Amino acid sequence: MHSFGYRANALLTFSVTALAFICAIASFSDKFSNQNPSAEIQILNINRFKKQSYGNDEVSLTLDISADLQSLFTWNTKQVFAFVAAEYETPKNSLNQVSLWDVIIPDKEHAKFRIQTSNKYRFIDQGHNLRGKEFNLTLHWHVMPKTGKMLADKIIMPGYSLPDAYK
Amino acid sequence: MGWIGETVDSIKSIKIRQLLTQAVTLGMIVTSALIIWKAMMCVTGTESPVVVVLSGSMEPAFQRGDILFLRMTKDPIRTGEIVVFKIDGRDIPIVHRVIEVHERKTTGKVDVLTKGDNNDVDDIGLYADGQMWLHRHHIMGRAVGFLPYVGWVTIIMTEKPIIKYLLIGAMGLLVITSKD
Repeated sequence: MHSFGYRANALLTFSVTALAFICAIASFSDKFSNQNPSAEIQILNINRFKKQSYGNDEVSLTLDISADLQSLFTWNTKQVFAFVAAEYETPKNSLNQVSLWDVIIPDKEHAKFRIQTSNKYRFIDQGHNLRGKEFNLTLHWHVMPKTGKMLADKIIMPGYSLPDAYK
Repeated sequence: MGWIGETVDSIKSIKIRQLLTQAVTLGMIVTSALIIWKAMMCVTGTESPVVVVLSGSMEPAFQRGDILFLRMTKDPIRTGEIVVFKIDGRDIPIVHRVIEVHERKTTGKVDVLTKGDNNDVDDIGLYADGQMWLHRHHIMGRAVGFLPYVGWVTIIMTEKPIIKYLLIGAMGLLVITSKD
């Protein structure tokens, strides 16, 4: 009962259990944080709007994105992954979501920002339905903890639209 | 040195009934571990409720050696979700984020495009030849929780199998030589 093996085993089991418990509590403490992020997106310019050679529409635009995600950071937060996606409907597809831009926010200081950028990822439709299309821009965020449960949410901003003719 | 002498003595003095009892106990332990694993599969709705992160394509959020807890529900797949998927014909599950979704009105089927946060390009290069999109049946689960570093045990055991054999051998020895 007092051999080295038994003591090592007991110590290991206890420390693993204690660690697991601490991780669970750390994750649970995230429930008590008060979160109120805000964001605003403007389309500054439609740079290019054309139909590709294989028939799909492609848009390139410049966005002005400003956001305050500081309230999402808790002591258990490793980083926040934020991205902007365009959402729209077409005759064939009930929902299309295309991610246009994303950023990894490593800490609270970087969580309040304003950036003007063209879309990082290509905005290509499945088809040629984008002329005059109305779409929402959503800012999503994904809070990645140091340990435990991840949290994701978004702000939907409706009311954007593409021009009626190719450019 | 005395510990080795003790071990050899106790192996010599083993009785058959005691040995059988210990074999059954070992079998019970292994079976309960299997039961817990299968129960987790039922609860989370996915074949692999826990995966180990093998590459650096989702850094800095997920490093090699972290483990992810997965869940699969009937909810539709949307951008931003971190999903685990397998390409047809390949064994290794990949953990990346969904960046594009196109859902058909009539059938409800989805076309999904993924990308690792730390990669510069999307995953088209990873998919099978000629495949442009992932579909629901490729996706094994969504990542809902995460624990750092714990997965290193699995990585070491896979990449240096000798450590696996050493560990199992040592555990077997411990079980055989324990007096209860």
